Amino acid sequence: MKQIRLHGRGGQGVVTAAELIAIAAFLDGREAQAFPSFGVERTGAPIEAFARISDTPIRTREHVYQPDVIIVQDATLLDAVDIAHGAHKNTLVIINTAKPPAAIKLPVPEKNIFTVDATKIALEIIGKNLMNTVILGAFAKATGLVSLAALKKAVMEKFSDKGPEITDKNLKAIEQAFKL
Amino acid sequence: MPKQILEGSRAVALTIKNIKPAVVSAYPITPQTHIVEDLAKFKSDGEADYEYVRAESEFAAASIVAGASAAGARVYTATSSQGLLLMAEVVYNIAGLRLPVVMTCANRGVSAPITIWNDHQDAMAVRDAGWIMLFAENHQEAVAQHVLAYKLAEQTHLPAMVNMDGFVLTHSYEPVVIPDEKLVRRFLGETRPAQDNLLDPAAPKTSGAFAAPTHYLEIRQALNDDLEKCLALLPGLAADYAKLFNAPRAAAPAAGDNGLLEYYGPRAAKTVIAVMGSLAGTAKDAVDEYNRGSAGKKNPAAVLKIKCYRPFPRAALLKALGRIRCLAVVEKAVSLGSAGPLALDIMSAWPSQRPLIIADFIVGLGGRDVTQEKLINIIKQAPKNNRQVKFIS
Repeated sequence: MKQIRLHGRGGQGVVTAAELIAIAAFLDGREAQAFPSFGVERTGAPIEAFARISDTPIRTREHVYQPDVIIVQDATLLDAVDIAHGAHKNTLVIINTAKPPAAIKLPVPEKNIFTVDATKIALEIIGKNLMNTVILGAFAKATGLVSLAALKKAVMEKFSDKGPEITDKNLKAIEQAFKL
Repeated sequence: MPKQILEGSRAVALTIKNIKPAVVSAYPITPQTHIVEDLAKFKSDGEADYEYVRAESEFAAASIVAGASAAGARVYTATSSQGLLLMAEVVYNIAGLRLPVVMTCANRGVSAPITIWNDHQDAMAVRDAGWIMLFAENHQEAVAQHVLAYKLAEQTHLPAMVNMDGFVLTHSYEPVVIPDEKLVRRFLGETRPAQDNLLDPAAPKTSGAFAAPTHYLEIRQALNDDLEKCLALLPGLAADYAKLFNAPRAAAPAAGDNGLLEYYGPRAAKTVIAVMGSLAGTAKDAVDEYNRGSAGKKNPAAVLKIKCYRPFPRAALLKALGRIRCLAVVEKAVSLGSAGPLALDIMSAWPSQRPLIIADFIVGLGGRDVTQEKLINIIKQAPKNNRQVKFIS
């Protein structure tokens, strides 16, 4: 079983990102679970959400304490929250920032840190700072836990009521992040 | 019936849509909201033809479904926490009036202080009202229990409440199979209201009006007796449900599950942890982990999941627990000034000639995460805490 913990701030779509991971993994034919740690999001407040991917049915409901992947949607959280808590030697950390991994101060090996300027990609392609889908492109690339095709399909399903224009822009932004 | 990945609230809403109630009425409250929002959307999108009555409070919502049910309609409502407390008076009336109302309680703690997160204190506040009360471990079980709740309610003319943990189940995504509309119709049939109790403008009558001391006690006793009869009914209905709906084997109920409760783990377990709701999933993983270790190899542990809390399955519980010596009750509620309600129920069911260490652990109030590590510690501590009530922070 792989466990994923997402960190972001209220309003950044942290919970949606966790749900997209679970939907994509399910579309890849795997068992999956996603849930929020805080159900009421206050804009700007630190939020955690969790996802699990497994080849057998998932029963546990505890929060993720030993993450295999940590996703950080907002780099300002690096100074505010113990992002790396419970990380092991193979935990991968994916951070939305313009900085290179060498410039990130976290108690994890530098080779396990991946950075992507998801905000920049979001502003350029989507036209708004909505990078929760974008960073998942980098997640798919860095971890291989979900396929790009399944991730795109998950976005199409989840965003079906947002119309084709917004969906297409999100898909393009995900592809851009996947290329990096 | 394909497997889908859905939010728990959506899974329940789609199931209710397929059950086809004639009247839905609710007042939104976190974490029940997504269920009733989905039901309102199905209606506005023309996918459902129930009457969706917006209520000005939970008291009104419960009264509206009570009235519709008294007139013979299949009805649905849902609430949480303070909403259920506000409904309480009507909740008692619905049972006393023998109305087959079905309600989802998206379980949440109660005020004060305000919490929006999960525990079972809301449901426990109305446990004595005369409702059938089911508790779901996961989305699939919640879905099945809703269909079974209608079957039981309409067969016994008693109300039924399906409890699903707020956020943990209502706001989580996981794979689930939604029961097909045609199969639901085949399973439930048309609702057949009790003719002698039906409100009809053409033949006015009063229902539940007044009982003198010469009759009240017997009427309440009859309610108790009829509620108890569900214990004999539910295992058969759960088996029928499994036969009809479980084409994909993934959705089949676990072995050791009879609809009233589920026993998971080695039969020779020395310590059993008794739980309700979504905690059962974490508990199953916890006992597996514990049983792999040296302590578990010597003194294996198992999980008893109570699925039907009211009526309380005393006989099934005693049978399932066999010769165990130590029971750790792990519950998300407390009867303040006494002990946890589940522990009290089990103690009252336990025969005095069978020795049992029973330890009561209050966990998870107001959404505190209950980890596998905490549960393993509880298994270890239980033998030393006979008849103690411990809050696990």
